[in-house]
Amino acid sequence: MRFEQLQARAKKAWQEVVSPQIPLIRMGMATCGRAAGGQELLQAFQEELAKNKIQAQFSEVGCLGLCYAEPMAEIILPGRPGVLFAKLTPAKMKKIGEDYLVHGKIVGDSALAVMGPARNGTPAFTDLPMVKGQQRTALRNCGIIDPTNLDHYLAHDGYVGLKRALSLSPDEVIAEVKTSGLRGRGGAGFPTGQKWEFCRKATGTPKYLICNADEGDPGAFMDRSVLESDPHSVLEGMALAAYAIGAEHGYIYCRAEYPLALERLDLAIRQATEHNLLGDNILGSGFNLHLKIKMGAGAFVCGEETALMASIEGRRGMPRTRPPFPANQGLFGKPTTINNVETLANLPPILAKGGAWYAGFGTEKSKGTKTFALAGKVDRTGLIEVPMGITLKEIVFDIGGGSPIGKKIKAVQTGGPSGGCIPAELFDLPVDYERLAAVGSIMGSGGMVVLDENTCMVDVARYFLEFTKNESCGKCAPCRLGTRQMHEILTDICAGRGRPGDIELLEEIGAAVRKGSLCALGGTAPNPVLTTIQHYRHEYEQHIQDQRCFAGVCKALITYSINAETCNGCRVCATNCPQQAISGEKKKPHVIDTALCIKCGICYEMCKFDAVVRQ
Amino acid sequence: MEEIKFTIDGQEVTAKPGQSVLEATLAAGIYIPNLCYDPKLEPYGGCRLCVVEIEGMRGLPTACTTKVTPGMKVRSETPEVHQVRKITMELLVADHPLECLTCSLNQRCDLQKAAAFLGVDQSRLRRSERALANDESNPFFVRDFKKCILCARCVRVCSEVRGLGAIDMAKRGYEAFISPFAGLPIADSICESCGECVDHCPTGALYVRGEAILPGKEVKTICPYCGVGCQMVLGIRQNRIVKVLGDLTYPVNSGSLCVKGRFGLDFASSEDRLKTPLIKKNGQLVEATWDEALDLVASRFKEIKKKHGGQAIAGLCSAKATNEENYLFQKFIRAGAGSPHIDHCARL
Amino acid sequence: MSKKAKKDPFASRGRKARPSQMRPKVDPSLRALLEKYPAERSNLIPLLQVVQDQHGWLTEDSMAAIAEYLHVPSSIVYGVATFYAQFYMTPQGKHRVKVCQGTACHVRGSQAIMDQLSSKLGIPPGGTTSDLLFSLERVACFGSCALAPVMVLDGKVHGRVTIKKAEKIVEGVK
Repeated sequence: MRFEQLQARAKKAWQEVVSPQIPLIRMGMATCGRAAGGQELLQAFQEELAKNKIQAQFSEVGCLGLCYAEPMAEIILPGRPGVLFAKLTPAKMKKIGEDYLVHGKIVGDSALAVMGPARNGTPAFTDLPMVKGQQRTALRNCGIIDPTNLDHYLAHDGYVGLKRALSLSPDEVIAEVKTSGLRGRGGAGFPTGQKWEFCRKATGTPKYLICNADEGDPGAFMDRSVLESDPHSVLEGMALAAYAIGAEHGYIYCRAEYPLALERLDLAIRQATEHNLLGDNILGSGFNLHLKIKMGAGAFVCGEETALMASIEGRRGMPRTRPPFPANQGLFGKPTTINNVETLANLPPILAKGGAWYAGFGTEKSKGTKTFALAGKVDRTGLIEVPMGITLKEIVFDIGGGSPIGKKIKAVQTGGPSGGCIPAELFDLPVDYERLAAVGSIMGSGGMVVLDENTCMVDVARYFLEFTKNESCGKCAPCRLGTRQMHEILTDICAGRGRPGDIELLEEIGAAVRKGSLCALGGTAPNPVLTTIQHYRHEYEQHIQDQRCFAGVCKALITYSINAETCNGCRVCATNCPQQAISGEKKKPHVIDTALCIKCGICYEMCKFDAVVRQ
Repeated sequence: MEEIKFTIDGQEVTAKPGQSVLEATLAAGIYIPNLCYDPKLEPYGGCRLCVVEIEGMRGLPTACTTKVTPGMKVRSETPEVHQVRKITMELLVADHPLECLTCSLNQRCDLQKAAAFLGVDQSRLRRSERALANDESNPFFVRDFKKCILCARCVRVCSEVRGLGAIDMAKRGYEAFISPFAGLPIADSICESCGECVDHCPTGALYVRGEAILPGKEVKTICPYCGVGCQMVLGIRQNRIVKVLGDLTYPVNSGSLCVKGRFGLDFASSEDRLKTPLIKKNGQLVEATWDEALDLVASRFKEIKKKHGGQAIAGLCSAKATNEENYLFQKFIRAGAGSPHIDHCARL
Repeated sequence: MSKKAKKDPFASRGRKARPSQMRPKVDPSLRALLEKYPAERSNLIPLLQVVQDQHGWLTEDSMAAIAEYLHVPSSIVYGVATFYAQFYMTPQGKHRVKVCQGTACHVRGSQAIMDQLSSKLGIPPGGTTSDLLFSLERVACFGSCALAPVMVLDGKVHGRVTIKKAEKIVEGVK
C-alpha cells in the first residue's frame, strides 16, 4: 500500500472514533489507569451494559496525563463530542451508564470535561486548569489515540515527518533538527542535531542507534507514558534519527519494570514493519532500519550511556571513561547515537512542521517543550508538557493545584536522584536547563516531586543517598564509598546520632564525589544533599543540635501523644495500633505508652479528630 | 619513534606516542597516586586517585585514561585535585582495616604509599568493615575481602593476561566483591593458582601464605620447570627462597609465572632433595660421584644393547629440559642406543 | 575430554567438584530453551531472563549451562547475574509483593507500608517466607508516581495504597 492510501485508510478509521454509530467508551488503560483499577471497572461496566442490553463499543487509550483523575473514561455518543468522566468507581460508572449512555444527560459534576467546546456547565478539556498552560508535542497523541492502532497514529500526521525526511538528505534532516534547538530530554541536554552530526561524520560501519528507554529516575514516568500511549511516535523518531546518522540497526533498551511499554513496543514494531514503515526499503526510499528490543534487568546506572551499551553487549552495566565518546566508539565499538524516548517523540512533529515551529517555544537556550511528571504532595498529579521557560509557580500551583490538603508547599524536587530541591521561595524561576543548574538542581528527565511542610529535607537527602548507594555500580571509589559514607552520616543525623561537623563533612565529601566520580551517577549523587544543605541548613542543625525533626518524619526524633481534650475515646487508634501501645476506656481519653510505641504513625493517620499529636 | 613533549605542573616531560599521562609522568620519576593502574592491563579509571587538571578539558580527567597530546598542560598538584584525591583516599582508608604492621603487604602496599603521599585524616569519617570471611581454600594464597579496594586488577589480569576469567566482580556498589562462579571458594573454581592476581594486588587483599618477610637480597634466575624459560626474581634470605616474583622486564614472560614457578620452588631447600647420585649397593642406596654414576649407567646400557639389542632401551624425556636438550636426548636414544622408543612426558 | 582429566585438582581436600569445573549435565528442556538464541555474548542477559522466567530463579547449574553455551567463563555469568537487581539466586515465593520506593511513594509514606508488610509477613525486604508463599521486594520506581504510593502484587499494579489497603491486598491471595 502506498503511503497516501495508508493515510486515507487511517482517516476513515479515525472518523469512526470521533463520530461512532453506537456509543463508544474509551478507557484510559496505561499503567496508571490500570493501577487505579481501570480494568476491573471496565469489566464490570461491560457486564452491566450487557445485562441491560445497552449497545456500546469499547476501546483502550493511553494516558492523558491527568493521572490524579484516574480511572477515567471518555464516552462518545453518536453525533456528540466525547465527554470525559473521571475518578470513576463501579457505582459512579453504573450511574453514568444510566444517565449519559441511555438518557444523554450529564448529572451533577460527574463529568470532568468535554472533548470539544464547553457544554451545560461542563468545561472544555482545553480549559481545564491542568491542561490550559500545556503545549503537548511529545505527548501530542497520548490518551487521544488507541496505542495499539496504527491507523490512529497515522490519522494524526503519523509518519508524515519520516516521509518528508526521506525526501531530504541526511544532512538536511540534521540541519532541521539543529534549527529546532532540540536538546536531549534524558537529562544532560546535549543538542540533538550536534550529537547526530558527530555520529554521521564518524568513520566505521555499521552504525547503531539506541533508544534509551531505561527511565530509572524515581519520580519520572514520561517515557513510560509515551511508550504505552504512543509507541509509534518513538519508532518514527528512531527512523528519523537512524536515517540522519546513517544507521540501519537500532536497539530500544527498555527497563523491565515497564511490561506494558514492552508489549506495546513489540506490537508497534510488528505493525510498522508490516506496513513498510520499518524494515527494508522503507516507503520505497532505499533506507533500511531494523529494531530490536532489549529488556533491562534492574540497574539504574544503565541509564548512563556507556553502562547501557555494556548491558546490551551482555556485560555488567559499568560505565567507562569518555572519551572515546559513543559517537566514535559506542556499541560493539562502532559509532553509536543514544537518544532518549522523549527526545525521539519530539522529532516527528519537528520534521513534519519544521524546526522553526518548534524553536518558537521555549527560552533562548532551551527551545521547545518539556514534559514533567508531577507527583508528590500536589493536588493534580500527572504528566504535563509545557513550553520551556514556564515558572515553577505556574507548574506547581496553576497546573498542579498546590497542596491537596491545604499544607504549605515547601519545595519541589527536580531531576530525581541527580537533582536537587528547589525551595518555594525560588518558584518564580523559569524552568530551563541553565536556570535549574544555577540553583544547584538539574532538569534531569523531568521528574518533579512536590514536597510540603510535612516533608523532612534531611530525610529526603537520606532517601536519595540510599537510592544512589544501592545503585552505584561499584567501579569507582568516590561513588561506591562516598555515597555509602554520606548515607551513613545522614542516617545518623535522622536517628539523632548526628555529630557537630557533620554538615561540613557532608559538604566536603559531596564536593569531592561530584568532581571525582567516573560517571554522571556519582557526579550528581551529592546534589540532593548539597542543595538541601544549601537551602535548609537549619533543618540539619535542628536535627543535630536540638534533636528535633519539625516535619515529624524522623522517627527517633519524634514522639506521639494523645491530646486528652480533643480525644473522644472512639478507640479507633487503640484497635489499629499494631503494638497495643494505646490504652484507655471507651469514650474516655486514651494514652500512648511511649515505651511500646514504634512510631508507625497509624494512629496519627487514623484519628478523625486530630487528637494524636506528633512532636 | 617521535617523542611528545608536554608539561606537568610546569615541568616539561617527554612521552612516547600512545602513552597515557600517568605512564609518561611516572616514567619521568614524578609520582601521581594510583591504585587501579597496572602497566600490563588496559586502563580502568576506577580508583580516581590519578585525577588531574588538563587545560582545555572539562572536569578532572584521570591521568591513566588520558593519552598525552603534544603541548598538553597537566596540573597534578592544585588544591582542587589534592582535595578530591585526599577525600577519595580517606574514604578508602575508612573502609580498610588499620592493621598495617601485621599485614603481609606492609611497606610494599600501594594503598599505604598513596595514603602517605596524600596525608589522610581518619578521625571524622564513619568507619566500616565488610562482613566477609577470608577465603582460605587455596593452598598457596589467601583472599582477604576486608582489604580489597575493588581495583579489579586481579579480575583483569586473570582475563586480560591469563585468558582464564576465573574471577569477576559480583554484586554491585558497596556490596560488590571479587568472586569466582557462584560465590564459591577459589579452590572450587577453574582457578589454576598461577598467582598472577596475587602479584598484581596493590594491597594485602591477596597474599601468599607465610610470606610476610622482606627478603635479604633478590636474585634473577630462570624458572627450572620447563623450556619456556620464564625469568623470575627470587627473594633470598639465609640461602632460602622466601619470595618469588615474575620479572616484569623480561620479554619471555613479562612478569607472568605459572603455579609451579611461583609456588613450587620449596623443593630447593627441602630435606628430601637429592643433591648427589645414589647407587644401590647390597640393597642400600649409597652416595656416589657423578663419574661413578654415569660410568655405571653407560656400562649397563652397553650390556643391555649387546645382550638384547638397542630396541630393549627406551627413553622418556622431560619437559623440564629445553628443546635443545630434548633434541640431544632423542639423538642419543635413536643414534646412540639404536632404539626407536623415545617419548616425552609432554606436561609438567 | 575424559572425566578423569577434568578432575578437581584439590579433590584430595574432600571438596566436591562444582558445576563450574565439570561439563554441566544440561537438562534437555533447558538446552532447547538456550538454543532458541544465537550463542552470542550479547544474549547473556536475555538468556538469564528467559531461564529465570521459566524456573523462577537462577540455579548454579542453569548459570553454568548458560556459560557453557555462550563460551564465556562461568564467573562472568555470575558477575552479570548478581549485578542486576532482577536476578534471583535463591528460590522466590509463589507470590511476589513489590513495594515501590520511588520519591513520590517515599514522601507519601511507602516506608510505613513496607514496614507493615514486612512485619506482617515476618520477612525483611528482599526476603522470602519459609513456606515459599511470599517474597517481599523493594523496587526503585514503577513510574506510577501520580498514584503514589504504589505496590505490585504478581504483576498487578495497585495505586493509592494505604497500610490497611496493602494488608488487604496481600490477604486477598493468601
